[in-house]
Amino acid sequence: MLYREAGQFKTNYVADSAIFPLRQDRIGIGLIIIAAYALAFLGNSFLLQAVMIPFLVFSLASIGLNILTGYTGLLSLGTGAFMGVGAYACYKLMTAFPGVNVIVWIFVSGFFSAAIGALFGLPSLRIKGFYLAVATLAAQFFLQWCFIRIPWLVNYNVSGALDAPLRTLFGTPIMGPNATPQTRYLVVLTIVILLTWLASNLVHGRIGRMWIAIRDMDLAAELMGIRPLQTKLLAFAVSSYYCGVAGALLVFLWYGGAEYDVFNINQSFFILFMVIIGGLGSLIGSFFGAALIFILPIVLGIVLPAMLSPFGISVGADVIEHLRFMIVGALIIFFLIVEPHGLARLWQIGKQKLLVWPFPY
Amino acid sequence: MSFRKLGLGLAAATMLAGMALPAFAQDSVYVPLFTYRTGPFAGSGTHIADGMHDYLRMLNERDGGIGGVKLALEECETGYDTKKGVECYESVKGKNPVIVNPWSTGITLPLIPRASVDKIPILSMAYGLSASARGDIFPWVFNPPATYWDGLSMIVKYIGEKEGGLEKLKGKKIGFLHLDAAFGKEPIPLLQEMAKDIGFEVALYPVAAQDMQNQSSQWLSARRDRPDYMIMWGWGSMNGAAVKEAVRSGYPMDKFYSVWWPGEDDARAGGAGAKGFKMLNWHAVGTNFPAIQDIQKHVVDKGLSKAQKDKVGELLYNRGVYNSLLIAEGIAQAQKVTGKKVVTGEDVRRGMENIKLDPARLKELGLEGFTDQLVLSCSDHNGHRAAFMQEWDGTKWVKISKPIEPMTDRVKGQLEAAAKDYADKNAGWPKRSEACDKAS
Repeated sequence: MLYREAGQFKTNYVADSAIFPLRQDRIGIGLIIIAAYALAFLGNSFLLQAVMIPFLVFSLASIGLNILTGYTGLLSLGTGAFMGVGAYACYKLMTAFPGVNVIVWIFVSGFFSAAIGALFGLPSLRIKGFYLAVATLAAQFFLQWCFIRIPWLVNYNVSGALDAPLRTLFGTPIMGPNATPQTRYLVVLTIVILLTWLASNLVHGRIGRMWIAIRDMDLAAELMGIRPLQTKLLAFAVSSYYCGVAGALLVFLWYGGAEYDVFNINQSFFILFMVIIGGLGSLIGSFFGAALIFILPIVLGIVLPAMLSPFGISVGADVIEHLRFMIVGALIIFFLIVEPHGLARLWQIGKQKLLVWPFPY
Repeated sequence: MSFRKLGLGLAAATMLAGMALPAFAQDSVYVPLFTYRTGPFAGSGTHIADGMHDYLRMLNERDGGIGGVKLALEECETGYDTKKGVECYESVKGKNPVIVNPWSTGITLPLIPRASVDKIPILSMAYGLSASARGDIFPWVFNPPATYWDGLSMIVKYIGEKEGGLEKLKGKKIGFLHLDAAFGKEPIPLLQEMAKDIGFEVALYPVAAQDMQNQSSQWLSARRDRPDYMIMWGWGSMNGAAVKEAVRSGYPMDKFYSVWWPGEDDARAGGAGAKGFKMLNWHAVGTNFPAIQDIQKHVVDKGLSKAQKDKVGELLYNRGVYNSLLIAEGIAQAQKVTGKKVVTGEDVRRGMENIKLDPARLKELGLEGFTDQLVLSCSDHNGHRAAFMQEWDGTKWVKISKPIEPMTDRVKGQLEAAAKDYADKNAGWPKRSEACDKAS
């Protein structure tokens, strides 16, 4: 009833090609953004630090991988390593030039990741599908090897770990142990909103259409005048840029310090699962996927003991952990059976049903 | 939109659940235990978790806690995963924990800078950042009873003594089989320095974390290089796999030494051939101590423990007990220093600095002869205690040496350089503002 198109007329082409043609959608997205910012002042530090910041970081990484795998159709298993490149680049840059604001370095570190990503994307011109996945797997192992073996990357730190020094923005600490979860959340949220908006413009514009054309049939795309070399490499570069920024955010604004092992192959799979569950080729799906894979286990970990305790069943932390694995695993299978195109597709179907509700035809 | 609904729903669910959590009574001391009974390291983690939990639970059952104050124990499952460990830390932070023990170097590192801000001391028992032994730079971090550098110097010293003097090591070749991570690489500079001074040769055999269970290439190289001694710095399934491979490749087991992390299960993996395998240790194995018998009586036999009865008293179980002994002693000392019954994290930090586990105190605790004495102070958060060598006789560990003192003169330089380096690199690392107690 409330969510319907009736009465909203498009009188020009700009309105017709808008990303959110419905007024309700525009209001909705505005409300989400306001709610997200309000959460910084309403949520407690556990919610911000252990749930929302990682959720946003993983969403950003998922958007990065979605650009490559969902929009361009190139399967990659190097996401973890590309995130690592961003984190290490950010660390080198901000320790070498402490005078420049760290926000600048977070954005710049993505370019290093983009360059490495484009380099490892070169084989994608010749090989496709699973074979490309193996080539990116090589990137994963090679880069991880570099993180361990090149002490220069961690400024010859004996512990071999990255740590977040104190950095400020407008005099408020945003990085390092003194930064409150609130300020870190606000910084992460702003960066993620900015980059999501940029990604949305990219995938809905000329470049995005080129990527989709390559994905759907690269031979046809080539005949239409799209150059595969530039398009595929651009997809790798943009994707790695997003992953790199997400990696820098992960280490410096979430963990506050990390070892090379954070960027291992499991991280790559973790992000890939988010993209597949969320929906290939969908930005909102990246957020859904991150929520399902990352937040759901946390909620289960809190809710399960609370649910079981009234029945007099007290279970240990390890049993909860096993239950988490089983429930999340079962849910993943359930969602993939119900909707193989991911949560984003479910969301789209829901919206379409809502449009004609309560008088479906 | 669903993202909003989902977010709100989750937020609401989280908050509801947060409220539903049992509020810990004000008259107890909250001690979270970070454990890992799941995941690839659960084989070692489960025994440690049982030991940690059972000792503190025993204090609750037998004495009604420490100084008359019950301990509120809660386990948080980390799965040895940094992500989950940091999540655990955030979830316990609000409940005023008096101390955290991350049980993973990966989890310890992100927590070190936060400790001083959140006023929660960290106990990383013989793991974590070696440099945190310096109390003047890391007032909130404790890593007793010895650092990895101490451990390496003890092994080299022991080998030297067997050869008839350190200088006899000249011209020998020592293999160093290590996990290819910060943990395993930490002793390398010290080993190379000693190699230069004494004149022995070092062969490095790194094992990547993903190949822990497949060490055939390392042992193939070892067969070619024929090192006179092999020193291992491993963790988790790497230890068991190494023992198995060493037996298979015919390496003389009595020349194979390890730092303090393998357990009985790792040595058993090698079968009968593992006899002669040696490792450092700083506490006894077995149940022949009043306190551990109390654990059996008050906790295990009553079914309050998750441990299997025959695992009580094994190496890693007792390692967990030792860890809890330090926690309990930190709390007890905090109560003594402050005169308060219900202590906070800040008090326990002071308590840890006042730890003095001498033989008399150990006897009082029912752990006479369980371990060497340990004295911590304001500036020394480690103790740099001696460890002894023990040998696998095919079925159990047998202590074969007196306590071996670390070569302090060699280790000190490494330690100071590392601590200074950490503080310098982290520009704005806070100067210690916590006052030292007179007693320490």
